[in-house]
Amino acid sequence: MTAQRETAPPAPRRSRALWLDVLARTCRSRRGQVGLALVIPIMLIALLGPFVAPKSPTAFVGLPYAGPSSEAWLGTDGIGRDVLSRVLWGGREILALAVLATVIGIVVGTALGTTAGYVKGALDEAIMRTLDVALAFPQIILALLLVSIIGPELWLVCLAVAAIHAPQVARVARAATLRTVEQDHVKYAEAFGIPRRRVILGEVVPNIISPVMVETGLRLTYSIAIIASLSFLGFGLQPPSADWGLMVNENRIGIQQNPWPVVTPIVLIAILTVGVNMFSDAVARSALGIEAPIAPPSMSGSDDALGGAEHVATEVPAS
Amino acid sequence: MLRTIVRRLLLGLLTLFLVSVVVFAATQLLPGDAARAVLGRDATPDRLAAFRREFHLNESWLQQYWSWLSNLLTGNPGTSIANGLPVWSGVEPRIVNSLYLLIVVALVGIPLSIALGVWAALRRDRLFDHATSTITLAAAALPEFVVAIALIILFATIVLQVLPPVSLVAPGTSVWSHPTVLVLPVATLTIAVVPYIYRMCRGAMIEVLESEYIEMARLKGTPRRVLLLRHALPNALAPTVQAIALTFAYLAGGVVVVEYIFGYPGIGQGLVNAVSARDLPTIQLIVLILAAFYVLVNIIADVVVILVTPKLRTSS
Repeated sequence: MTAQRETAPPAPRRSRALWLDVLARTCRSRRGQVGLALVIPIMLIALLGPFVAPKSPTAFVGLPYAGPSSEAWLGTDGIGRDVLSRVLWGGREILALAVLATVIGIVVGTALGTTAGYVKGALDEAIMRTLDVALAFPQIILALLLVSIIGPELWLVCLAVAAIHAPQVARVARAATLRTVEQDHVKYAEAFGIPRRRVILGEVVPNIISPVMVETGLRLTYSIAIIASLSFLGFGLQPPSADWGLMVNENRIGIQQNPWPVVTPIVLIAILTVGVNMFSDAVARSALGIEAPIAPPSMSGSDDALGGAEHVATEVPAS
Repeated sequence: MLRTIVRRLLLGLLTLFLVSVVVFAATQLLPGDAARAVLGRDATPDRLAAFRREFHLNESWLQQYWSWLSNLLTGNPGTSIANGLPVWSGVEPRIVNSLYLLIVVALVGIPLSIALGVWAALRRDRLFDHATSTITLAAAALPEFVVAIALIILFATIVLQVLPPVSLVAPGTSVWSHPTVLVLPVATLTIAVVPYIYRMCRGAMIEVLESEYIEMARLKGTPRRVLLLRHALPNALAPTVQAIALTFAYLAGGVVVVEYIFGYPGIGQGLVNAVSARDLPTIQLIVLILAAFYVLVNIIADVVVILVTPKLRTSS
């Protein structure tokens, strides 16, 4: 019993320090600070905006495409609604869906990847070959296909984006797991007869936290971009709701009369995605000591093992 | 080597088959009644039944899949539910237009990103390297529609009015006869493809430049130009080719948004239109074409990597 005490707990404790350590180092790096400085204001706007919005996002307050005035600071949109209020209301869903989709994708992907890497054999083959097929799809297309059949439901958009992420996260998690299971503490844990599930959760997962953290940042960037793009295409939140992506599409015809309903959301989305990407690049640098894998943006699905994340993950020095 | 390539091709075919099953299953088995969606909520039961009979919607899905696949393979992908015309006649000109777009993006984007990558590697940790690395990191994060709208604001509407904001092309004429409509879509997609190729090229080049044989050649007094073009660049190309192929495979999805924004009459715009109209035969065909393109580009990438990597080329 004492032996078990001595072998099992150390790994989690060390790894808790590890991920906190990575975050702390990220926040001290300049790129990480720039990222945070970009992201935090946008998140505040998205989350607190509805509470400070001067008007209802669906109320008609003036003529269509009226310019900025003391009444409506950013003017009105194509059917005379207050642009400022719509901007303040329009970020919540993008942010919430992106975070949710990322979390689901990371959790499912990590679960599949660690399981495949840990049990090896036929189950490993089955999981990974299935994921290969998922990866063979141009991924926005998969989302469009699902949305076209079921309809533009928010939960569906969220699940579709999570499904885009999961296979890629799984590959990274599996590669990291394959290295971890060779380490002594995992072998000891197995030798003591600790159940497999607990070995995975207690020994393997804490040790693959670095690459998974890097993936999380990368996936969050893509989630925001894909979800904003889907709502731009009209397959996300439906009118008359306020949504940054949708606003751009609704008002781009009137860009000459009043540019603000288009300019404000795209600036906010741009700052948000660039900030998240800066921060996740900084996370990657402090977690792995090398540059973050970057892949083609938003609609991508192609940063697979050959060129992207796993490439980096497999080159992590053992130390 | 030949065996590897053949194996890769067979795997690609298998993937395509599985993709076709997924596409078919997704459009057939999930909830949502195509007949009702097309004919509207108050269609009479008779009309619904007639519609289902005409488009074989009431057969078993295995039968439907088989007739769909065999029709597809014999060059008859069916008629559009939205307008009753053959699907292929609506999709074919779009494929040509999208290919134009992709070719121009390739001709602009690939040399540009390789040049930037090589130059940044040569000036490592200097101002140019830091600037391009930061800019490409930012560009990689931006969704295409944000880039596209920003370009429209800058060049086509508010700031300057030098380019058309939409790619209006009269039906029946080629996009080549209106070269200006290509500029903004190409610029948007180039901004999307450059960062990844740039970064892989820069990384590979730095690795090669630090290798011992380059050091050796340098000490021997090999002229700098020969050193770069003959000795360093070819060895940095294998990872770059991978990056190029992956990027272009990704464009199979990227064109959707960009073509939609600029109203460019390509396959991506066709897909968005078909999705809005729930035109299942068209959706199926376009998704399959895009998936085939994606699989094909990935195969080409693997084959090219085998060809440009001596170790892989000579192994059997």
